[in-house]
Amino acid sequence: MKFLYAAYLITWAVIIIYILTMLHGFQKVSQEMRDLER
Amino acid sequence: MKSKLFLVFALVTLGLLSWGLYEALIGAPTEATMGPVQRIFYYHVPCAWVMEMAIGLNFIASIIFLIKRDLLWDAFAVAAAEVGVVFCSIVLLTGPIWGKPVWGIWWTWDARLTSTLVLWLIYVSYLLLRKYSIGGPNPVLAASLAIFGCIDAVFVFMAIRWFRTQHPQPVFGGGANSGIDPRMLHAFLVNMAAFTMLGILLIWVRYVLERVKQKVEEAHAMKALAGTGVRAR
Repeated sequence: MKFLYAAYLITWAVIIIYILTMLHGFQKVSQEMRDLER
Repeated sequence: MKSKLFLVFALVTLGLLSWGLYEALIGAPTEATMGPVQRIFYYHVPCAWVMEMAIGLNFIASIIFLIKRDLLWDAFAVAAAEVGVVFCSIVLLTGPIWGKPVWGIWWTWDARLTSTLVLWLIYVSYLLLRKYSIGGPNPVLAASLAIFGCIDAVFVFMAIRWFRTQHPQPVFGGGANSGIDPRMLHAFLVNMAAFTMLGILLIWVRYVLERVKQKVEEAHAMKALAGTGVRAR
């Protein structure tokens, strides 16, 4: 069972890390946009 | 309108993923020989499919970009490549976790496993090439590299058909003895649909991010030109 849970947890961990990275990217880009407008 | 469509798409994806998780862990029967570890199949194969789909989309977008030189297609290509790398990483991580209890080894250099690792390396190089080459025609170089990557993706798909590999032979479409129990097939198809939608959703979000990035870069360039007194056409 530990192998099964490890595989599922790793799958979700990778996807969630990727989603968080994208959200960080959006945050960074909108900050840059604000800086440009100033 | 677009944000409403996105919200509906995201909610349907979330619902399907939850259903898929239930089917994979509880709904599907336990396989007689391998036991619970076989359930990794319900995540591993859909992730491999999303990887192939993303790389196929990257290939199409790269070809169109090379013909039209429209940055819109470049943004689509990078979005698909990144999602392809994410799912390729999952495939390379979940495969050995299944392999250890079933084969007794984490890894073997057979045609399927090696070509998948090579595919991952090609697309990581693709992303590094885009990120760290300063100026110059980097989207063009990256698009050319993507075409080689796609050839390897075809090889990855066909490897278990062309060679005798440690990796299992095709479960579907592999001849008279291929196929699975209908309840297993049901769990598999729900997860295939769920992960396909997740893949499309991630490519969609990443594409929007890349387009915004392109616009910011364009604004930076315009500002720099204005600063030097050069007028843009």
